Amino acid sequence: MTSGDPAQPPRRVDRAGIVIAALLAGLAAVLVFDARGLSSTAMYGMGPEAMPVVVASGLALLAIGNFIDALRGNLPARESADPVPVVLILVGLALLIAIIGFGGGFILATSALFVTTSAAFGRRAMLVDSIIALVMSTLIYLAFDRLLTLSLPAGPLERLL
Amino acid sequence: MDTFAALAHGMAVAVQPMNLLYALIGVFLGTAVGVLPGIGPALTVALLLPVTYKLDPGGSLIMFAGIYYGGMYGGSTTAILINTPGESASMATALEGNKMAKAGRGGPALATSAIGSFVAGTIATIGLAFLAPWLVDFAVRFGPEDYFALMCVAFVTVSATFGDSPIRGLTSLFIGLTLGLVGIDKLTGQARLAFGVPELLDGVEVTTLAVGLFAVGEALYVASRRHHSEEKLEPVRGSLWMTREDWKRSWKPWLRGTMFGFPIGALPAGGAEIPTFLSYSTEKRLTKHPEEFGKGAIEGVAGPEAANNASAAGTLVPLLTLGLPTSATAAMMLAGFQQYGLNPGPLLFAERPDLVWGLIASLFIANCMLLVLNLPLVGLWVRLLAIPQPWLYAGVLVFATMGTIAAKPSVVELSMLAGFGVLGFLMRRFDFPIAPVVVGLILGPIAESQLRRALAISLGDPMTLLQSPISATLLALALIALLAPFVLKGLGRFKATED
Repeated sequence: MTSGDPAQPPRRVDRAGIVIAALLAGLAAVLVFDARGLSSTAMYGMGPEAMPVVVASGLALLAIGNFIDALRGNLPARESADPVPVVLILVGLALLIAIIGFGGGFILATSALFVTTSAAFGRRAMLVDSIIALVMSTLIYLAFDRLLTLSLPAGPLERLL
Repeated sequence: MDTFAALAHGMAVAVQPMNLLYALIGVFLGTAVGVLPGIGPALTVALLLPVTYKLDPGGSLIMFAGIYYGGMYGGSTTAILINTPGESASMATALEGNKMAKAGRGGPALATSAIGSFVAGTIATIGLAFLAPWLVDFAVRFGPEDYFALMCVAFVTVSATFGDSPIRGLTSLFIGLTLGLVGIDKLTGQARLAFGVPELLDGVEVTTLAVGLFAVGEALYVASRRHHSEEKLEPVRGSLWMTREDWKRSWKPWLRGTMFGFPIGALPAGGAEIPTFLSYSTEKRLTKHPEEFGKGAIEGVAGPEAANNASAAGTLVPLLTLGLPTSATAAMMLAGFQQYGLNPGPLLFAERPDLVWGLIASLFIANCMLLVLNLPLVGLWVRLLAIPQPWLYAGVLVFATMGTIAAKPSVVELSMLAGFGVLGFLMRRFDFPIAPVVVGLILGPIAESQLRRALAISLGDPMTLLQSPISATLLALALIALLAPFVLKGLGRFKATED
């Protein structure tokens, strides 16, 4: 359960928990703000604006609940996290989105993601990984685009195939 | 009896050569993906959804049945050979199974979990076949207010009753409900929470959310804590086969595990954790070898594995008869149905009996295929476990994004995938459960439309919810399930101060 064991230092306010509570409250506010723009056309019963308000009330209550948990330091213990790999993978995802967005095609996009993720997990052989990534994504492209006829976005490399 | 005729009809559908092939592909892919560390059955189904896009509904649902059961088998292999249970339901298996593997008894551990899963899966699927028509007869009498009340029960039990913290579980649920609001309101055509982005008008795709939360989130989480520990793969040494003694110690736990797993899984409450842990503690109490528990007791693998598989089949009961997903995996199965515009529930049994019974019959076939596929081929699956972690997760991410790219190759959709990945990472880091988000997204809109329909019929009188006896009972149950953890926690605190 969440109650800390006696060996731990006295509970203190959990800052991350406060941020979570604030985010939930913010989300509730967005819901209410958005619902105000809806016009109720239902003659009987509830219109489209009722459910967002219900969900927003729930979120507001949960924000309070999370806030109390954070004040009491009731959040479960966390291990230290290394931000570098997380950022690397996110860069990979950003690259993928950019390449797809600018018409670079499936193979280049997924290869970029593959190489950055592999680097995030500690690989330092970029060249080897790039070759593996290109071969693998080309095979996936051929298998899914040609055999299963899923349409994957084509770029310069795909047009050569 | 009706059930036998329907089942025979389903068998006739399932044994068509094409459908057998789909089942085989499903079983194969399911095991292969499920065996990868960190990938549980829910993610297996989510990742393989796009593969079935182009098939007809019948074939794809049959492939799904194979993927579902295959993912379960694969997950237990991972739990035994590398101590990484892909989901909490495999935790008990990992506890004893990994110890067995360390002691050089990995073969019998894998065998007892495979055969136990087969036994449990077969019995539970028979249970499903007989329970489902009965529940369907009951469910046709449900009015919209009753459905709404039923969803409330599912919301509460999935998020609050069985988790570590009801507050965090409910927070996850409400994030899911919020995401479910996005898009055009079906009754009035007004856009909610779309912020003028045209891609958001269709709402949030279940697969995008699930793949983002499960696959991308998991990859980010594992990467962030890679410096903590290296996973160690236990090689399978010695005989693969179970000795006479192993059989003697396994068969009763298999049956007991099934008895725990199926009924609890079939309740609209969800969670395979409860039956697996019930089974584990029961076996620990009943064993003639208590000294082995904690050091690799075969009963501790056989029972929980059977319970896990039986409850997986059990969750199909509320899914197929009521359209109610009570686990993340069941939620993904429901997404698979919705992909073809099919809504599981009593109507589907009446309108497409060939589909439903073909699916149920395929579950039997998939189970048999898995037994054959798993015992001799275990060496092949073990080799998959040896893929280096960097390539493994890189491959998983490529495959995960491919699903979205194939379905909707837009920048908005891919950004949502990445955003849900970050959400999944943060939720893992701060210990919020993931499944309630997916269940909230799927069931939220359904619950809303049922409620609005009920209120429209009653001319806006909310008392309609309490006037139907079914609805009143279910709402009372939901309230009890919501308050129980808080009350019990209060009792616990009371006890603690007493000490």
